[in-house]
Amino acid sequence: MQQSNAYIITFSVILTVVLGLLLSGTSEILKPIQKKAEELDTKKQILGAVLPAEKIAEMKPEEVNEFYADRITSTVVNIKGEEVEEQDGAKVTAETVDVGKNYKKDPEERLFPVFIFLEEGSEEAAIAYVLPVYGNGLWDKIWGFVALKTDMDTIEGVTFSHAGETPGLGARITTLDVQQRYKNKTIYNEEGELVSVYMQKGEGKDYSDDAHKIDGLSGATITAVGVNKMLKNYLEYYQAYMDTKKEESSKVAMN
Amino acid sequence: MSTETAEKAIIVKDSEAFLSKRRKKLITDPLVDDNPITIQVLGICSALAVTTQMQPTLVMALSVIFVMVMANLTISLLKNKIPGRVRIIVQLAVVATLVTLVNEVLKAFAFDMYKELSVFVGLIITNCIVMGRLEAFALGNKPYDSILDGFGSALGYSWIILTVAFFRELWGSGSIFGIPVFDYVSGLFGEDFNLATNGLMVSPVGAFIILGLLIWVQRSKTGYVEH
Repeated sequence: MQQSNAYIITFSVILTVVLGLLLSGTSEILKPIQKKAEELDTKKQILGAVLPAEKIAEMKPEEVNEFYADRITSTVVNIKGEEVEEQDGAKVTAETVDVGKNYKKDPEERLFPVFIFLEEGSEEAAIAYVLPVYGNGLWDKIWGFVALKTDMDTIEGVTFSHAGETPGLGARITTLDVQQRYKNKTIYNEEGELVSVYMQKGEGKDYSDDAHKIDGLSGATITAVGVNKMLKNYLEYYQAYMDTKKEESSKVAMN
Repeated sequence: MSTETAEKAIIVKDSEAFLSKRRKKLITDPLVDDNPITIQVLGICSALAVTTQMQPTLVMALSVIFVMVMANLTISLLKNKIPGRVRIIVQLAVVATLVTLVNEVLKAFAFDMYKELSVFVGLIITNCIVMGRLEAFALGNKPYDSILDGFGSALGYSWIILTVAFFRELWGSGSIFGIPVFDYVSGLFGEDFNLATNGLMVSPVGAFIILGLLIWVQRSKTGYVEH
């Protein structure tokens, strides 16, 4: 083995170039496939807020894509609840809005995607509205989707994801167990104030009589607090949109 | 461990069979007698982290086998060219590249597993077994032998983590590979009979306990005593 400095440097440079090419080459080739996989995953999460998990687990990727194309339509709104079609000259759709990047901006400047779960066969009649939410867990970001029924009050379902919560503790927000606790809870109280739904401290208690409280996560209080804040914040951001929808549906009811 | 010492006389050596006795040992030794986890006590970290369920553990095991075989092969092929002073860094670079490749492939073709294993595939590089075998074997042995050694060590690691995962998933979640066994068994005995799952098994504490028991069983069977 030659030991001269020149050899060591040459060897290292060549090795770096070869490995670098290998890595960037693979990354480039796999990128479109990865993107599709990620989009499929997001679609599954959105559907997960309105469909039972077993149903989604049975569906093949093409079926998920088809179902999503049939039954989900989307729009983007701003903090005032107005629909937005373009920003800075570029067309804007719910699928292109990066909720994570938007999180860094002021709420007044953010774009908020809304996914609408349609009745079968219909193109406009909605069964539920799916709102993406985003926030901070204990170690890193957490996010998810909250599905509201058309009364814009009752929660149809939620799905959560995280970037780096502790497995077995904070990471439990992704489990069905925990997500199902939100089903049928309401976000407005009797006075019409937006109170959201809160995970309580500790675990094991029954909160079926309280419409705004759910069981917490033992050993993962900070993650639970993060989830609570995330929901409260985003439900507030979407409030203007929800109000317009409520007005619309009460107008229809009056007719 | 080089048995090919230069002989002055010109003796035509029969090329060694693909799976000669010596080579078989390269694969079988790390399975029991020289198991990286239970005997050498290496690579414990991932043995605890991913083994809550069998499916991610299987993906982890396959990833480790791939990384170890390819890393051993690459380093062995380059062993005469690697400058001594940077050999650790070269090993690191090779393993890091392999691990990243595995991650990218998982992200493209098995997104659910990619989400589940998240950082742990990347952490394979910190697994002492990988660097350990490169230093101890691949740097001084021929490519084919190195492949076998890498494969053997990775297999030894794999069967241990799969066993730990089997018990952790069964007792901790009542299932095997996601199939709810406990529910099925409870069903056999009627509606009121309920096999409870043990929450401890899902936490790292459970992993330590099972690992400890495994080490005990294995060392009693092989009679290994630490000095």
